[in-house]
Amino acid sequence: MLEVENLTHAYGDAPPVVSGIDLEVKPGELVSIVGPSGCGKSTLLRCIAGLQAPTGGRVRLDGKPVDRVPGNLAVVFQDYSRSLFPWMSVRDNVALPLRRRGMNRAQRQENALKALESVGLPGAAAKYPWQLSGGMQQRVAIARALAYGPKFLIMDEPFGSVDAQTREDLEDLVLRVRGNSGMTILLVTHDIDESVYVGDRVVVLSKGPARVRADLSVELPTARDQITTRELPEFVHLRAEVGRLVRGREAADEPKS
Amino acid sequence: MTVITGDHPAERPTGVPGLRILTGGVTRLWLVALLVGCWEIIARIKQDAYFPPPSTIVRVFHELWFSGPATHLFLTDKALDDFQPSFVNLSCGWALAAVVGLALGVLLGRSGVAREILDPVLQFGRAIPPPTLIPFFIVVFDFGAQMQISTIAFGVIWPVLLNTADGVRTVEKLQLETAEVFGITGATQLLRITLPAAAPKIFAGLRVSLGFALVLMVISELIGSTTGIGAHLISSQQGMELPEMWAGIVLLGILGCLFNAVFALVERRFLSWHSNARGLDS
Ligand SMILES: Nc1ncnc2c1ncn2[C@@H]1O[C@H](COP(=O)(O)OP(=O)(O)OP(=O)(O)O)[C@@H](O)[C@H]1O
Ligand SMILES: [Mg+2]
Repeated sequence: MLEVENLTHAYGDAPPVVSGIDLEVKPGELVSIVGPSGCGKSTLLRCIAGLQAPTGGRVRLDGKPVDRVPGNLAVVFQDYSRSLFPWMSVRDNVALPLRRRGMNRAQRQENALKALESVGLPGAAAKYPWQLSGGMQQRVAIARALAYGPKFLIMDEPFGSVDAQTREDLEDLVLRVRGNSGMTILLVTHDIDESVYVGDRVVVLSKGPARVRADLSVELPTARDQITTRELPEFVHLRAEVGRLVRGREAADEPKS
Repeated sequence: MTVITGDHPAERPTGVPGLRILTGGVTRLWLVALLVGCWEIIARIKQDAYFPPPSTIVRVFHELWFSGPATHLFLTDKALDDFQPSFVNLSCGWALAAVVGLALGVLLGRSGVAREILDPVLQFGRAIPPPTLIPFFIVVFDFGAQMQISTIAFGVIWPVLLNTADGVRTVEKLQLETAEVFGITGATQLLRITLPAAAPKIFAGLRVSLGFALVLMVISELIGSTTGIGAHLISSQQGMELPEMWAGIVLLGILGCLFNAVFALVERRFLSWHSNARGLDS
């Protein structure tokens, strides 16, 4: 599905922020990416999405080189609030991209409403984005990407602004959508627990420039549950390992059980 | 490029709009009433021919233009003669400037190359004081509506053009990237993303150019016309009919206010998201 080969990117004359990244994602896989703040995760995602031409290396999606944004790809931007259009209602924000899916107006509106319901915002359809809280806006951005129904979904810290309970609901929603539609997902997160809980694999990036420090496969049952999965010994073990890799070995805590 | 911003914070109160406008109008109009009252008293005492009392002006104002039959909405024939050409010239000139300015502005905002090539021309064109072109337009079109419309259009196109270019150029990058990701391209992108995003600046430009348009309308009529409000001013000046002249000045003031009010209404309709979003942000 996605092949990233020796990807390198530098902004202007500055030293590269992403350096020599190799990554392969299989169809239907959900890969979490974790790494310290500012290490170049968003830059990596922008290069993969075709929004930014990398200064070196190759990105291929379905065997085709990515030189602009592919049609079967959607992005949930980290800066969700600025990626929503303030002059449109929430429903129109979600419905607008569906034009590309050849739906008529009624179908677009209906699908938008369904997507908003799935993220727990059935009442917000007629509101404007700026009338919503940050967490609600973030969920609108997620609903927009899900309604669009891409084959490949890129999410840049998509659950950063929502409360713990909603966050768990959204994690499960993403897992469910992936299960139903076979979407391939690349998800950046700051939350180590989350990276393990949702991921089939966890890719840990190192800081300045971003390199792949570890690529761990998550050996947990496919059906996940917020309570029971998180108490499995494999989960606890993996979480500790990812934590150590992210923070550097010196500062690592012993795994809590 | 200098650009008029679309900011007007601390406006747009909520609540019953009609009541608001009424109470707001009363609290804001008392000073005007006071000044008019003073003028009336002083003018009556002084009996100066150059400054007729407001009551006289109002009477003349009414006689000249609003004492017609009810079937003509009380407009006199003279009113039709004076208002119609002025109004037509103003609307046509302004609309022409708006359409061309918007189109060129979009082109300029989108294309860096066009900006580089056209910028010197635009800077020069903008620097020419519009009335200086009246002699040229008289040569080309002779006296009449065409000359007046051209003067207005040429004079007021700049705020629209430059503001549109700036608004289109400074659309939030992330919004355009979002559009790109979700396949919103071409005309859809222009209509649904770029223009709405630039709308606050575009409207600011349109508002300024409407004010200019009124000025240029009068100037073009003062110089080369036998019809319109400007021509009325000139002919009453030549006949030393000062109350008539004052009535014309008052009429122009009222027209300016009216245009502004209508424009504000339209702007509010289209930009409510903008002022509201800003209101909540700050
Ligand atoms: N447009 C840009 N121009 C120049 N430098 C940039 C640009 N975007 C990002 N950078 C720099 O690249 C580095 C990586 O930024 P990036 O946003 O990719 O990090 P990140 O891992 O996503 O951070 P965070 O976890 O805070 O979201 C940072 O040092 C940042 O200053
Ligand atoms: Mg980031």
